Amino acid sequence: MDIILYLIPIALFLGMLGLGAFLWALKSGQFEDLEGAARRILFDDEPPPENPE
Amino acid sequence: MTAQVIKRQNASLFLSEPGAVLPDGALTAVACRHCGAPLNPRDAGTGFCCKGCEAAYGIVRGLGLDSYYRRRVLSPAERVLKPETDRPHEDFSAFVTSEKDGSQRLHLMVEGIHCAACVWLIESALARQPHVIAARVNMTTRRLALSWRGPKSEANTLAAFVESLGYRLLPFDPDLMASATAARERELLRAMAVAGFAAGNVMLLSVAVWSGFASTMGSATRELLYWFSALIALPAIVYSGWPFYRSAIGALRLGHANMDVPISLAVILASGMSLYETATGGRYAYFDASVTLLFLLLIGRYLDARARSRARGSAERLVALSGTAATVEEPSGIRRMLPPAQLKPGMIVLAMPGERIAADGTVREGTSDIDTSLITGETVPAAAATGSRVFAGTLNLSGFLRIEVLGAGQATLLAEITRLMEAAERGRARYLAIADRMARVYVPTVHGFAAATFLIWFFVLAAPWQAALLNAVAVLIVTCPCALALAVPVVQVVASSRLFGQGILLKSATALERLAAIDTVVFDKTGTLTEAEPVLIPDPAISPEILAAAAALAGASRHPLAQALHRILPQSKPPAAVTEIPGSGLRAQTADGEIRLGSRRWCGVDASDDAGGRIQPELWFSLPSHAPARFAFTDRARSDAREVVADLAKRGFGIEMLSGDRSASVAAVAAAVGIEFFRAGCVPADKTAQLCELGAAGRRVLMVGDGLNDAPALAAAHVSMSPASAAEISQTAADIVFQGHHLAPVLEAIDVARKAQRLVKQNFAVAILYNAVAVPLAMMGLITPLLAALAMSSSSLLVTANALRLARKAR
Repeated sequence: MDIILYLIPIALFLGMLGLGAFLWALKSGQFEDLEGAARRILFDDEPPPENPE
Repeated sequence: MTAQVIKRQNASLFLSEPGAVLPDGALTAVACRHCGAPLNPRDAGTGFCCKGCEAAYGIVRGLGLDSYYRRRVLSPAERVLKPETDRPHEDFSAFVTSEKDGSQRLHLMVEGIHCAACVWLIESALARQPHVIAARVNMTTRRLALSWRGPKSEANTLAAFVESLGYRLLPFDPDLMASATAARERELLRAMAVAGFAAGNVMLLSVAVWSGFASTMGSATRELLYWFSALIALPAIVYSGWPFYRSAIGALRLGHANMDVPISLAVILASGMSLYETATGGRYAYFDASVTLLFLLLIGRYLDARARSRARGSAERLVALSGTAATVEEPSGIRRMLPPAQLKPGMIVLAMPGERIAADGTVREGTSDIDTSLITGETVPAAAATGSRVFAGTLNLSGFLRIEVLGAGQATLLAEITRLMEAAERGRARYLAIADRMARVYVPTVHGFAAATFLIWFFVLAAPWQAALLNAVAVLIVTCPCALALAVPVVQVVASSRLFGQGILLKSATALERLAAIDTVVFDKTGTLTEAEPVLIPDPAISPEILAAAAALAGASRHPLAQALHRILPQSKPPAAVTEIPGSGLRAQTADGEIRLGSRRWCGVDASDDAGGRIQPELWFSLPSHAPARFAFTDRARSDAREVVADLAKRGFGIEMLSGDRSASVAAVAAAVGIEFFRAGCVPADKTAQLCELGAAGRRVLMVGDGLNDAPALAAAHVSMSPASAAEISQTAADIVFQGHHLAPVLEAIDVARKAQRLVKQNFAVAILYNAVAVPLAMMGLITPLLAALAMSSSSLLVTANALRLARKAR
C-alpha cells in the first residue's frame, strides 16, 4: 500500500494543475463570451490581409 | 439583377437562401438583398429597399465577405440591418482611451447583431481597415472592443463604417458597466471551481474509505486518507464558503435567518467535527459531504446569477439604445451632439420634425405639434409654440423647435414622476421570497432537532459528549439544506432562460413568485394595449381619387399622421414642389390649383366645430372644386390584444384599464379589446391611487404599462411588466420587460410563473420528504458519511431534474 504515498500527491498535483488552468482561463477573460465562443468555431476564416502600415 | 428569394420559415424568422436565385417573375417573395426586409414591388428590379442597403451590400462584396449573406440567420427580435443615412453621427472620439503602446481603444455597444455571422462580418470588415489592430465583438453582451493605431478621430471613421453596414453603435464606459454583479459572478465562478476541485479529490479519497469499511482497511491508512481529505477540504471550505458565510452573517446581523445560515452552520460544524474526529482517530469524517454541498450549491448560485445578469444586461442595453443624442446649439451657432445626461440647464436644444425631444424645457422658437403619448397616454397631438413647456421623451411631429433646457431642480415632469415613484416604492411592503419564508420555518426546526438530539443522547442515554455532539451534527448535515437551497434557484434559472429565449427579460429575482400570485391585471392603453402608431380609419365617403391624391401628397412629410396616410398607397409619388409649413400642413400646386393637407384651420374648415379633433387625430385635405375631406386616425390595438385579454379573463383574472387619454378613445379601445372596467383621464397620481386601492382590497395586481406616466403605478403594483418600447424610467421600474409587437408575452410570463411556482413547491416537498426519512435516522445515530452523501446527491439531482421539466414547452 506504500504506492498511495506517491499516487495521492500525484493525483492532487494533477488536480491542482486543472484548477490552475481554469483560474487562468477565467482571469484571461475566456469566460466572458460563452455564446460567441460556441458559434465562432463554426466560421473558418481566411486571415485578413496584412494591414498596410 | 435578380432579387434574392426568401423562404418564409414561419411568420417571424427569415432564412436567406442563396442557392435559390430564380429568374425574374418566378419569385415567390422578395426581400432586400442586404437587410432582408420585404421589398416594395417597384424596387424588386434592383433587389434593394434603399440606397443605404445597396451601398452596404457593395461594401460587403467589395471586402470579399459576401459569404455573410449565406451564413446569417435574421432574427426578428433585432432591428433590421437598414443603414440610417440621415442619422446624425455621434462624436465617439471623447470615449477613446489611449494605451501605453500608442494604440487607441474604444468600447462600443452594437445594436443589430442577429447571429454569429454578424459578429463575424463586423470583425472581419474592421480587420480589413487600415490601422485597425484588433476588433472583437462579444456576442453575449453585444459589445465591440476596437483598437487601432492613429489619431483618436479615426474612431468616427471606423464607427461610421460599421454603421454604414446597417448596425447602430453607442459608446459606453466599460468601467461603469463592469458593475458589482459581474464581479460577484466571477467570484462565484472561482469559488465553484475551487469547490469542484476539492469535491472531486475528496470524493476520490472517500470512496477508498467507504470501500475500506467493507474490506479490511487499517485504521492508520484511514487516518492518512482523512488527513489528506482535511488538507484539501479545509482551505476550499474557507474560500468557497465565503459567499454563504457573508450572506449568513449579514442576515444574522439584521436579526433574521435566511437559507445561508443553516448552510454555513452545517458546513462549518461538519468540517470542525470531522477535523476533531480525524485528530482523535475517529471512524467518521464528513469532509466530502461539506465540500460537495458547497459545490452543488455554488453551481445553482452561479447559474442563477448568470441568468439574471444576462436578463438585466439585455434590459439595460434596451434602455441605453432608446436614448438618443441631443443636438445642442451653442451661442456661437455651432451645433454638436451630446448625450442627454450631459445637458445643462440653459442650453439650447434643437428638435427636428420626427425626433424625440431630449430634455424637459421651454420652447424658445418655432411651432410644432407634439405627440405626448409616452408621457400622458394621449393620442391626439398637442400644439406647441414659443413659451410652451415640452417634455423629454415626447415626439416632435411637424416643426423645427429650439428648446431651452430646464434645470433638474425646477419643476420638471421627470422630477414629479420620480417623487411619486419613490413614494409608491416606500408604500409597497418588502416582498419576502419564498426561500426566505421557508428558511424562517426551517432554521429553528432543524436546529431544534439537532439540539434535542444532543440533549437526549447526553442526558437521557448518558452517551459521552463527543458522541452526542456527533449525532447532533449528523442531523444538521443530513437535513441537507442542499435540496432546499437548490429548490428555488434551479427553477429560476430554467424559467428565466425559457423566457429569455422569447424576449421576456426577468429583472427582479422575485418577479416570478409575485407574478404567480396575481389575480388582477391592469393595463395602460397607449403603447401597451395599442401600438401607439396611428392607423387611418377607412371612410367610404372619401372617393378613391381623393384618397390617392392625399396619400401621394402625404408622402412628402415625416409627420406620423401623414406617414400613416401615405402607407395606404406606398407606391404613390408626391407631386413636385411641395411646401411644408410646420404646425400647419403641406401645400402643393397642381394643374387644377392648390391642394393642401394638414390641420383643420390650414384647409379652411370652420375651427369652431372641432369636436372630432378632440377625440381622434385627424388630417384635412382640401382641393379645388371639392369639399375638404377629413381623414381620421386611430391607435390600433396590438394584433393579439383581444385574444390575450379574453384568455386572461377566462383564467379568472380581473382586468382593468387605466389611461391618461380622453374617455372617448379609451372607451373605443376598451370595446375593441374587450375590457369592461376602464378609467380615462388619469394623471400619474390617479393611477397609483387606483393601484393602492386595489392592493388595499387584497388584490394582487400585475401592472402592464409603458409611459412615463405609468412609472409610479408600475412601482406601486404587486408586480409589473413593460414593453421594450417603453419610456426609460418605466423600463427601469418594471420587474419584467418584454420585446416585440405582441402582448402574448404577458400570458406566457404568467404561465411560466405559475408552473415555476408549482415546481418550487414540489421541490420543497421532495426536500422535506427526504428530511422526514433522514432526520430520524440521524437522531438515532445511524447515519454514516456514505448515507449522507447519497441522500444529498440524490435529492439534489431529483430537484434539478424536476426543475428541468419547465424547459419543455407545453403543447
